[in-house]
Amino acid sequence: MITIDHISKWYGKFQVLADCSTGIERGEVVVVCGPSGSGKSTLIKCVNGLEPVQEGAIRVNDVAVTDAGTNMARLRSQIGMVFQHFELYPHMSVLNNICLAQEKVLNRSREEARAKARSLLQRIDLSDQADKYPGQLSGGQQQRVAIARALAMDPIAMLFDEPTSALDPEMINEVLDVMVELATEGMTMMVVTHEMGFARKVADRVIFMDEGRIVEDAPTEEFFNTPRSDRAQAFLAKILQH
Amino acid sequence: MVALAAWVIAFAVGSVVGVARTVPNRLVRTLATTYVELFRNIPLLVQMFLWYFVLPELMPVEVGRWMKRDMPNPEFSSAVLCLGFYTASRVAEQVRAGIESLSIGLSHAGYASGLTTSQVYRYVLLPISYRLIVPPMTSEFLTIFKNSSLALTIGLLELTAQSQQISEYTFNSFEAYTAATVIYVVIALSTTVLMHLLESRLRIPGFISKDER
Ligand SMILES: Nc1ncnc2c1ncn2[C@@H]1O[C@H](COP(=O)(O)OP(=O)(O)OP(=O)(O)O)[C@@H](O)[C@H]1O
Ligand SMILES: [Mg+2]
Repeated sequence: MITIDHISKWYGKFQVLADCSTGIERGEVVVVCGPSGSGKSTLIKCVNGLEPVQEGAIRVNDVAVTDAGTNMARLRSQIGMVFQHFELYPHMSVLNNICLAQEKVLNRSREEARAKARSLLQRIDLSDQADKYPGQLSGGQQQRVAIARALAMDPIAMLFDEPTSALDPEMINEVLDVMVELATEGMTMMVVTHEMGFARKVADRVIFMDEGRIVEDAPTEEFFNTPRSDRAQAFLAKILQH
Repeated sequence: MVALAAWVIAFAVGSVVGVARTVPNRLVRTLATTYVELFRNIPLLVQMFLWYFVLPELMPVEVGRWMKRDMPNPEFSSAVLCLGFYTASRVAEQVRAGIESLSIGLSHAGYASGLTTSQVYRYVLLPISYRLIVPPMTSEFLTIFKNSSLALTIGLLELTAQSQQISEYTFNSFEAYTAATVIYVVIALSTTVLMHLLESRLRIPGFISKDER
């Protein structure tokens, strides 16, 4: 469903992504990990065209993200994205956060959008917070709202960029639970995270990045049991200590 | 009057130019930056003379003649345009600063959900920025009042100028200037109070800006 074909990207002279290729099938869950600065966020932002690439091509459902003529708004509306720092709209209530793109992009009626928002809030157990503002919620609650906001668009795939790394430890699980549920329901997911427990539980494949390259791309079991590169081994050793 | 009319121009033009300084398109950005640098750095007094004396000369002959002879109240129009476009450059800076104080992730969130650039500005960036810049805008608004006294140089009798005239006619200069001062102070205070009300009405519950994080 998502094909990443030999992409390279530079910031000025600095190469962030070097000849990265991989693919994600429908219903597959792929975890991306790697040391800080290795290009994970950049890679995931290229998938929905938030960042342009200089070489290579990305296709989502056979639509070329990297083509100039592509209707990016339409394409992005089909791919949900969740950020490290939630990025909820601070001046809108939780309900309106979930309604905005439904109304403005999908042209749903106000009632339709609200009904959808309410059913999603119920699902993430936040029905009673609908009229609050993001700043009045805990980090974990905000991130669940952000997931609901993305799901409201009925996406064909979801991208997560370190969704739990800005959270206090006691809130990590409430967010991971929602993500695990999504994964088991068959959502196509690309998840940048260092939560190896999550990876073991639901990931089909793990991608390990270092210095802008995809160093390992292996089925989950294989990645944890027999990582092929020294880099990945060192990284795993460090992460699994905690 | 001069100040109010000029403020309308300043706010409208300033908002457009301020936004233009933050958009992805480089040409638009450069044009907006040039505008701001030009209008902000030429002394206001010089701009006043340029609008009043030089602009009619630069226009096609017909228009220039009309501006000099038949245009009703040319001092007023020149003063309003001059103050308006000058203050617009300052307003633009505030708008730009407001938008840039928001995290890039917020616009990413908008784009990622399929919003277009103009929708991201309209529904996300601008509503937040305008709330953040209420205080600096208050001071711009007060400054435009003070600056409007410069219009006297092109013969427009605005508050200070009027009191000067009254004092010359009546020799009651103390009273005349006191009255003018009182009027300025009343305008300043009521503006400040109003803007404070506006600010608290628009306050977003639980929101802290990026700088405070
Ligand atoms: N807008 C930018 N301009 C210049 N360099 C950038 C920009 N964004 C990221 N970089 C650089 O690109 C590299 C990769 O960044 P990226 O955010 O993709 O890393 P990451 O793997 O997500 O790291 P982290 O785990 O810290 O989030 C980093 O070295 C970063 O400094
Ligand atoms: Mg990152």
